Amino acid sequence: MTAAAKPTMIEFRDVHKYYGDYHALRGITATIRAGEFFSLLGPSGCGKTTLLRTIAGFEEISSGAVMIDGKHMEGVPANKRPTNMVFQSYAIFPHLTVAENVGFGLRRAKLSKDELNCRVGEALEMVGLRGLGARAAHALSGGQRQRVALARALILKPKVLLLDEPLSALDKKMREQMQVELIKLQRQVGITFILVTHDQEEALVMSDRIAVMFEGEIAQLADPETLYRRPNSRKVADFIGTMNFLPARILSEGEQGIEVEAQGLGRMLLDPSQAPGAASGTGSSVGFRPETATMLFEGQKAEREAMGTVEEVVYYGDMTYYDVRLDGTEAPIRISMRNVFGRPVLEIGARTRVAWSPGAIVLFR
Amino acid sequence: MARELCKKFKARRNGGAMEQETRWSRLRRSEAAHGYLLVGPPALYAILLLAAPLGTILVYSFLTDGYLEIIREFTLANYREAWTNELYRSVMLRSLGVAMAVTTVTVLLAFPVAYFVSFHVAPERKSLWLFLITIPFWTSYLIRVFLWKVILGFNGVINSGLLGLGIIDEPLTFILYNVNAVVITLAHAYAPFAILPIFVALEKIDRSLLEAGQDLGESKLMTFWRVTLPLAMPGVIASVLIVFIPTIGDYVTPQLVGGPEGRMVANLIQLQYLKLDNYPLGSAIAVSAMSIVTVVSLIFLFLNRRFLRGPK
Repeated sequence: MTAAAKPTMIEFRDVHKYYGDYHALRGITATIRAGEFFSLLGPSGCGKTTLLRTIAGFEEISSGAVMIDGKHMEGVPANKRPTNMVFQSYAIFPHLTVAENVGFGLRRAKLSKDELNCRVGEALEMVGLRGLGARAAHALSGGQRQRVALARALILKPKVLLLDEPLSALDKKMREQMQVELIKLQRQVGITFILVTHDQEEALVMSDRIAVMFEGEIAQLADPETLYRRPNSRKVADFIGTMNFLPARILSEGEQGIEVEAQGLGRMLLDPSQAPGAASGTGSSVGFRPETATMLFEGQKAEREAMGTVEEVVYYGDMTYYDVRLDGTEAPIRISMRNVFGRPVLEIGARTRVAWSPGAIVLFR
Repeated sequence: MARELCKKFKARRNGGAMEQETRWSRLRRSEAAHGYLLVGPPALYAILLLAAPLGTILVYSFLTDGYLEIIREFTLANYREAWTNELYRSVMLRSLGVAMAVTTVTVLLAFPVAYFVSFHVAPERKSLWLFLITIPFWTSYLIRVFLWKVILGFNGVINSGLLGLGIIDEPLTFILYNVNAVVITLAHAYAPFAILPIFVALEKIDRSLLEAGQDLGESKLMTFWRVTLPLAMPGVIASVLIVFIPTIGDYVTPQLVGGPEGRMVANLIQLQYLKLDNYPLGSAIAVSAMSIVTVVSLIFLFLNRRFLRGPK
């Protein structure tokens, strides 16, 4: 099924939320499709958790509407919504065992004891906690608690699973492992997952689509590749990965494209799709990712070249990051180079040729 | 001049510190010695003022009562008397009943108060509320009991109020000088003791657990029943014990507002010791009362043991 053909699961219609005078959500309008892995990404305080909590029913919205599966959610309490949540703290009931935690929401289903045990066992197996049902909740590691929280939510077969920064409490290795597991799990159960995170890498890795939020508004909503390659503002570009910016001047705008002159790079012709954002009024600039430019070594040639001086070298083992100041510019740009056997790492002060490609450039107006 | 003096002073201080340090380090070398040193004074205090009198009472309870002195002769007669005499038995049972009633009333009334302060009072106001709850302690226990006499009495606040409103024709007599008055007075006196442990237990509950309960399909009421209450149980258990144990042996309240039918075991012990000069029987009753409190408390703890297995 193509993404566009998927039915809508969640719809925000001009959602506003005030805490007293504080305007936490400023007119959120967006749709989340069924079966999608959707991320709300933004710095802390941008309203992403608040937005998630309006879906769960823990926050009442001040105006607008939240629809889940076509139903208006106004006045529907959290316990009556077809959503379940994995809390940031996991919220594992400390007075219950793992199995009792996982089976907590099944009380209302009035299952027989055998059936209950069977369902709980299945859920534990799904998250890789087979045989740990009798363990006390407080005797679990962070990763295990997270799995219990997942099993406890998924056992109820919700239409939407809400994940509030579920990986932030785990160490790096565990986090990466859980990212992959979550993606697999989502494909397996086919439920709409909505993830809140401040970690752009996590969002890029896991999501089908991402909404980047700043100050209570969605700045850009797109799939990870578009978000990375065609950010619609310098703010989004800066938040997701690293981007080099150079001041630029728009010379002409016509049928064949936009002609731009950028400091250090010279003239170029850009496709209209390379300027996805609206005018910001703060002057225009061009941007490109560190890996889209490359430094040329002896004997190498490229169509577009610029000269510069190495100002900083950061060696990462497999990669080296160079800060290069192009001739005629004020601030250095960053270029990431894969370290290839036999090629020397340049030193500070070295002159270098930089190859770049107009196709990788994004224009911000 | 001043600098000289300073130097001398410093030197002396350093010398003193060094001397002390050697002594200290010797003591510190043995961790056990250090531990005993810390535990010693309070232990001594406890032994002198608690264990020694308790031991004396225990010894008395097995001695024989003479007319004016105590005969040093081992006997179990005091216990036989304490457990078989109809009067003593009924007073003991009444004490137990009053203490249970007081505990029940106090904890049932304390829980909503603690819940309110913990869940519905703004965080910056909580200490003010706790402060207000402890206001009754500003006056002496004795005066508080006397005040209840004024409130509950024949011409007291309640009776004159109800008479004035025409709700009753003659003063109520069942509210003073009986067991009811004892329960009312004690329940009021022990309310803060019951509120504070429950409040602490409620404060410790992670609020996201309550959201999780609702998120998993339970109403607020069921979430309270399945999450809040079990997690508050350690506080409730502490409250029950804190109220039950002292009230069963309370002396002042039954003496002042209990009347003849409100007498409790402490009054009986006082009677034996000071009025009848029967130390052995008084001691036997005291030891019996302590044993009963211990047994009841242990049974209560055993019944609630599943709530007390906390994270280790």
